[in-house]
Formats: sequence, structure tokens, C-alpha cells
Amino acid sequence: MNIWKPIVEIAQDVRTGKTTASQLVDKSLKLINDYSEYQAIIVTLEGNAKHRGAVIDRMVSEGKDPGLLAGVPFIAKDNFLVFGSDTTAASNILKGFKAPYQATAINRLEEAGAICVAKANLDAFAHGASTENSDFFFTKNPHDKTRVPGGSSGGSAAAVALGLAPFALGTDTGGSIRQPSSFCGVFGLKPTYGLVSRSGVVAMGSSLDCIGPITASVEDAAIVLDVISGTDEFDSTTIVKDERGYIVEPSDLNGVKVGMVKEYMTEGVNKEVRAAVTKMANDLKEKGAEVVEVSLPSADLALACYYIICPAEVSSNLSRYDGLRYGYHVEDSKSLHQSYVQNRGHGFGKEAKRRIMIGTYVLSSGYYDAYYKKAQVVRTKIINEFQTIFNKVDFLLGPVAPTTAFKIGENIDDPLAMYLVDVMTVAASLAGVPAASLPIGTDSNNLPIGLQIMANQRKDRELLSLSKALEEIVG
Amino acid sequence: MNNDFKATIGIECHVQLKTKSKLFSAASNDAREAKPNTLVNHIDFGLPGALPVFNKEALKLATKAAIALKTKPQKFSTFDRKHYFYPDLPMGYQITQYDQPIIIGGRVEFKLNDELKTVGITRAHMEADAGKSTHPTGSDYSLVDLNRAGTPLLEIVSEPDMHSAAEAKAYVKELYLLMRYAEVTEGDLYHGNMRFDVNVSVSKNQELGTRTETKNLNSFRSVEKAIEYEIKRQIELINNGQKVIQETRGWNEAKQKTVAQRSKENADDYRYMPDPDLPPIVIDDAYIADIEISMPIAPDEWRQRLGDIGLDSSQTETLLEANVDFATAKYLDLIQQYEADKKKARSLANLLVNVDIPYLKEHVIADLNRKLLYDSVLSLINQDRLSSTNAKELIQRCLTAGLPQNIEKFAEEKGLLQKSDKNELSQIIDGIINDNIKAVEDVRKGEQKAVGYLIGQVMAKTKGQANPGLARKILEEKIAKL
Repeated sequence: MNIWKPIVEIAQDVRTGKTTASQLVDKSLKLINDYSEYQAIIVTLEGNAKHRGAVIDRMVSEGKDPGLLAGVPFIAKDNFLVFGSDTTAASNILKGFKAPYQATAINRLEEAGAICVAKANLDAFAHGASTENSDFFFTKNPHDKTRVPGGSSGGSAAAVALGLAPFALGTDTGGSIRQPSSFCGVFGLKPTYGLVSRSGVVAMGSSLDCIGPITASVEDAAIVLDVISGTDEFDSTTIVKDERGYIVEPSDLNGVKVGMVKEYMTEGVNKEVRAAVTKMANDLKEKGAEVVEVSLPSADLALACYYIICPAEVSSNLSRYDGLRYGYHVEDSKSLHQSYVQNRGHGFGKEAKRRIMIGTYVLSSGYYDAYYKKAQVVRTKIINEFQTIFNKVDFLLGPVAPTTAFKIGENIDDPLAMYLVDVMTVAASLAGVPAASLPIGTDSNNLPIGLQIMANQRKDRELLSLSKALEEIVG
Repeated sequence: MNNDFKATIGIECHVQLKTKSKLFSAASNDAREAKPNTLVNHIDFGLPGALPVFNKEALKLATKAAIALKTKPQKFSTFDRKHYFYPDLPMGYQITQYDQPIIIGGRVEFKLNDELKTVGITRAHMEADAGKSTHPTGSDYSLVDLNRAGTPLLEIVSEPDMHSAAEAKAYVKELYLLMRYAEVTEGDLYHGNMRFDVNVSVSKNQELGTRTETKNLNSFRSVEKAIEYEIKRQIELINNGQKVIQETRGWNEAKQKTVAQRSKENADDYRYMPDPDLPPIVIDDAYIADIEISMPIAPDEWRQRLGDIGLDSSQTETLLEANVDFATAKYLDLIQQYEADKKKARSLANLLVNVDIPYLKEHVIADLNRKLLYDSVLSLINQDRLSSTNAKELIQRCLTAGLPQNIEKFAEEKGLLQKSDKNELSQIIDGIINDNIKAVEDVRKGEQKAVGYLIGQVMAKTKGQANPGLARKILEEKIAKL
């Protein structure tokens, strides 16, 4: 399905006049229109994108360099604020909200010459693992229209798998880049926490939220990360980028120490998924890598821990959506209290309300110590376990999700089953370590299987380098 | 008041930090003259995706406050979110310091009726103020102004170490001076730069009684009056067999009484949690030391220095207060320039306390260079050419109209200078002696009244410009020689 050249080549073609940014924008907009039945996109930014395309073409004709991503179209998950465009986070409460400022990641991409052409669907406020929680519509999996694309960055992953644009931006709080990338057969990277500014991205769980690229190849992801990463004065939790950048060569596998997480290879994980992961491990051994089994003893606590800390932060972060300054507002409220109840009651979907209630509960006096505080203790334990493991091995491998893409509607009435989908992705989120999903094959239904690759904090460069080597093995 | 009862008082004070921008955004922090909702950016407005960015200037001011409170700031402190819904709280939570505040401990020392008192400081934390809501009477809407949303505050919580309204008033006054002299706050009480919440309880034994909290007092006097009222009210309740209810009260300035606002029995649950958007504040000894050496002169040091000049405590306190209340007058800077000559510095301080400050409190005055004014005034006084009465008039005229081109010439033209020229006076006195032979005779007979009469004649002749002391001396010498 990949109808785009590698990003470097696209930008090179624009800079040398082989193609124009305007042509690329038109191509992307046409593809979005052609594949609209997949419902990956909430809104296109046709006017803005065409204008930006013309600006970049003029720069080229005037002999100026528009940057590393000259004229490359991209799609942003609809929780990124893009100046002047709708930003809904796929929620009714933000329907019609136009962004008066722009996310740092979008700024940096634009400065490098990239052009945002559309906003992708997601689970409302990024709450979900199937994009079925979008308040607007489902997105269909490009490999099987009856199945979900994963979530919450389902629209972004489906868009890249469909080739609507060379790359997309997603957000990953508990697996929301990795799992849809796995389900759609594309590469997705959740960088180290803090490596990409969260400024201008609708917050979900602020201590967990990471922004990253979804691409057709590791190389493309590396370039995007190189552009968007690094400290930002508008996000105090950002960290400096690796001074060597993230554009890397495949690592030499000889002598690389890789750990297979024991807890992620149990009966609960689909056989075919396990077999694909095991095959990768064997291939690695053949190439001279040292593959050992390692244990993350608190792995089984990670999900419970995550579903306390994340809703707690969600309940706090969603407090600002009261419909008084912007967003969904009921006109005929009789009192302030009624206004809150109506705006929030009608504006938020089921899952947002569920998380607000869980979060409010675990932060309430009398329950704080039993839930929130204990979850923080477990989180510290998980962080320490990762550190112990990374003293022994350089990378961790395992599945991204227990299954391949499931049917639309299959888990929709069972929130717990939906939460369980995150079971192998949340630990890396809690520990803030970088993790990627690399497509390594398909199951008997021809559905993509993703390999999860994790590295220690700030080892994003090494993670990309290994991913590139593994990508070559997969072929 | 009933002597069996002992009152216990603790005070929380919100001090507005005088940073240029807000605690977590680049919007201006000076809302006094601004139109509503003009000092608001995406962070203050609580837009999606907006993240707070901590203003380092606030940390510097909090550090100064810690030093002024005779302690040091904590090397590790954190921000938390305090949740509640209200239209003037755009994010649905206030960012404050709950678990690990910037200041733990400290003390405020002051004299009350010449007795040294110490009030302990429990803690002080930084927090962002909410916006301002107004509810126009008779309308079915409320107005919200977010200019104040995000303004940095330092909430200073005292120990319940005070036992009378007078003591509480002295504490808030001293706290005000400490914060003003440390240059932590503009301290504009009228604009609510310092607001006080007073916790009051009364008890007949060692056990503390049920307390009430009277909120949002914005003057020293209202602190004193509200506490006096609360103590009296609570004692009356208990004496009548009733119970004091734990509640929040407000101060009605017009009626001079506290009024119940809301009961604290169903305590709000603010669901505090660490703010994940803000990393902990970590500072080291070098940071604190840098600020310590650049601290402005504290009130206690000024008290010492003004005492050394020879001022009494009443004069000293007047100067300390006026120096911050009328900051542009720079009274203490002026005194400091004369400090080497204690006598001169004392004369200057007297003029400031007796003339300049009282006049300033009642009048709109011109922008003037006080150094030039008082250089001239003190010099004329020193030459015996300016009486204290005329000095007052000269100073007041200059304060009203500004400095004249030449102060001495101006004083002369206005007839404010004394004739201290011995020859000129001598001639005038000769004339007076010739015209008043009888009175002179009386003087020679030892009638002191007659001396007064003759001096009066000299003053009349010189239209009050003669130096009376000098005139007397010359007159007595001349009569003795007759």
C-alpha cells in the first residue's frame, strides 16, 4: 500500500524541483478523499495546506531551502492544536473549537517544511484502544474493514497504512501509538517521556503522555523525531535531544544484548503473536545477538497501576472543559451548577465520564492513600525494575498487544476487556522509557503483528538503530 | 472582656509577589489599570494543551521572603493541583504547594508595648491566584475577569501564637513591613496585595476552643476589629450556653461585624495531587547565598540605625511605615545620606516626622528632589536664619508647588528668613531703646516683663524676621552698658 517514497527522498525531490509541495498536498488530499470510507480523517486542512504548499514552492523557486521535510504532507491526530483549524480530540465537548495557538511539535514540523493536511480520528480524548470511543465515528482497519485500527491513535495509524500521507503524528499514554501501529502494520514510536514537547496537545495523563511519529519505515520515524524532539520553553518536562540526532544506521547485531520479557510471553498472548515474536528472537540470535529471558516481576501490577494514575490525571486535566469559555455550551441553563452539569454531562462521552469518575474516586480524601499513593509506589517499583533489567540488557522485546486487530464492536461493551488490550504497553509508559512497534509479519487472517522494542530512558537513538536492523531482517 | 477566657489567634496572609509576569505564564502581573481580560494568555485561559511554566522570579521573591522570616527556603519543593469548579478558575484546579512548600518554619518578631513578641511561621507556599468574579446586583449574570488569574501569591501561615487583637494587629503590621522591606510585594493593601484570614478561638482551659476563620481582611485595622468582634461574639455564645460553630466568616466593614459565610462541617474535598506538568523546584546553597547578600536593609536594621541617630521608637516607626507607604519619597535614603552627622540627621528626621509626612498624608504633592530641599532647609536652620515655624511653611510650600529655582532667595522673598545680621539688628535696637526710655528704665530696675515688651517691638519693626534669641542678647548687652 506504500505509495510514497521515503521522506528524505520526497523532500529532496521538492528541493530539487523534481516535484512540488503543491502537487504533494494535492496528492495527499486526493488520497484522503479516495479512502474516505475508512473514516481515518476527521477534517482536512485543504486551504491552509495548499497555501503552505505554495509558500514552500515559492521558497524553492527563490533558491531558499524550506528544510529537511520540504513539502512533505503529514496528518496529525486531532488532539494536536494546529493554528486556525478545528481541534476536537474527537469529542463533542470540543466540537467546533478552533485552535488559537499551535502545538510545538507542529511548529517544528512546519519550520522544517512539512505540511499538515488533515486531522486524524482517535478515541475521544485518547481514551481507548480501538478508536471506537470517538464521539464522531469508527475508523476501519486498512487490512480488514470489519476490524478496528487499534487506538487511540487509530486514525493516524490507519492513515499511514492507507498511504494518505507519508507520516502521521500520534500520542501514546499507555500504548496509543504502539498498539494501533501494530494493528495497522506500520512503524510507531513512543519516545522517552519528555523528549517531545506536549505543549499544544490536548492532555490526557500528563505524567505519561508522549508524542511520536507513525510511519511506513524506521528511517522516516527517525527523521520526524529528529525534527520534533528537544527542550521547549512551553513544556517544563521536556529533555534535551541526543546531540547526535536520531538519524541512524542499523545497529550491528553482533553482541547486542536483548531481553525477552517472560511475563509478556504467557498463555494470555495469542499463539501466532508469540510465534512471530519468538521467530524474531531466533533470527536475532543467528545474527550474533545475545538473547536472554528476563523478568519484569511487577508486570502484572502495571495495568492496575496505570488505570489509577492515568484516570486520576484525566479527571484533573478534563476539569477545564466546562463549556464556559469555549467548547460545548448549553444555553438555557438556569444556574451555574446546572450549566456545569449540562455542559459536561452532554459534552463528554461515556468513556471520558468513566475515567473522570474513577480518577475523582482515587483522588478523594480517604481513598487517595489506598489507591493513588499506592499506585505511585508501584510505579516507582516498575521504574526500578526496568533500571535493573537495563543494567543487564540493552533492549527488551515482546509483543505489543495480546492479539492482532479485533472486530469492530467486539470489546465495546466490556471496558475491562478493552483495558486489558494495554497490558503489555503500559509498563513502558509508567517507566517513561522509549518503546516502538515494528511490523514483523501477519497472522493466519493476514492481519499485521507488531513487535514491541523497548530501551532505557534517553536511548531513543539506540532503539531506532536496532529497529532499523530488525526491519532489515523482516525485509 | 471576660478575663476567664483566653483567645488563640492564627493568621494566614496572602502576599502578592511583585513579579513582572504571572506565576505560570508570560502575561503581565500588573492588573491595576488594565481592562478586564486583557492580561490573559493561553495558559491563564486554560486552553486545551496549555502547560504552566514556572516563573523563576517568583522563586527569588519567595526566597527573599524566607530570609525576611528568619529562615531559609526549602531546597526541594513541589507544586500540587487543588481542584474545584468555579468560573474564575479556568483550569478547574489551582496550582499550589500542598505537601512540600517552599518555606517551612520561620518567625516574626515585634515589640508590643515595649515587650518583645515572637510569632512562629508554620509554613509559606506559592500559589496562583484565581480570577475575579463580580455579581452585579439585580442582574441574572455574573462577570469574570481573568486578569488576576495566575497572579503569584505567597501564603504565609502563622502558628496560633497570638492571644489578643492588638497582638494580631502588631503581627500583620510587622509582616507587612518585612515583606515590603524585602521587596517581595508592592504591598498595596487597597488593591488586595496583602489579604489576611484570621483564625480565632476562645477557651477557659488548656484545650483549644472551636475556631472560626474570618477571611479576606485587607487592612491592619480590619484585622484588629474583626478579631475583637470574634472574641467577644464567641465568649458571649459560650456564656449563653451555646456552641461556637466551625465556619468561614466574612467581615462587614460597614457594620463592623463578622458574618457567617459557610459551614466547614462538610469540608470540601479538593482532591490534591502532584502537578505532573511542573518538575520539583530544586535550589542549592549557592542560590540562597546569592540572594542573601543582595537583601535590602531589613526593618530591624533600620530601627537600630535610627535609634543610633537618637530617634525614639515612635519617630522610628513613623518613618519605617512612611518609607514604604510613600515609597517615592525615599525618606530613609535621605536620612541615610546625613547619617554621618547624627545631629543633622536627627534634625532632618524631625522635620520629616513632624512636617513632611503629616503633610504628605493629607495633600497631593509635587514631584521634587527632597535632597535639594532639605540641604537648603538644614543649612538655613544651622545659620539661625530659619525658625522652626518658618521651616514648616517653607517645606509645605515646596511640597505643594515644587522646588523654586533658588530656595534661599524664595524663602527671603516670602519673608521666611530671620534677620540674624548683628549690625542691622544693632541699629534697629538702638532706635527701639531711644523710643522706649521708660521701658528701658524698667528693665534696669529688674522688670523682666519689660524685656519681653522691647523684643516684641523689635519683632514688630522687622515684621517678625528678627532672630528673637539674637535680638534679646544684643538688647541686654546694650542696656547693661547704658
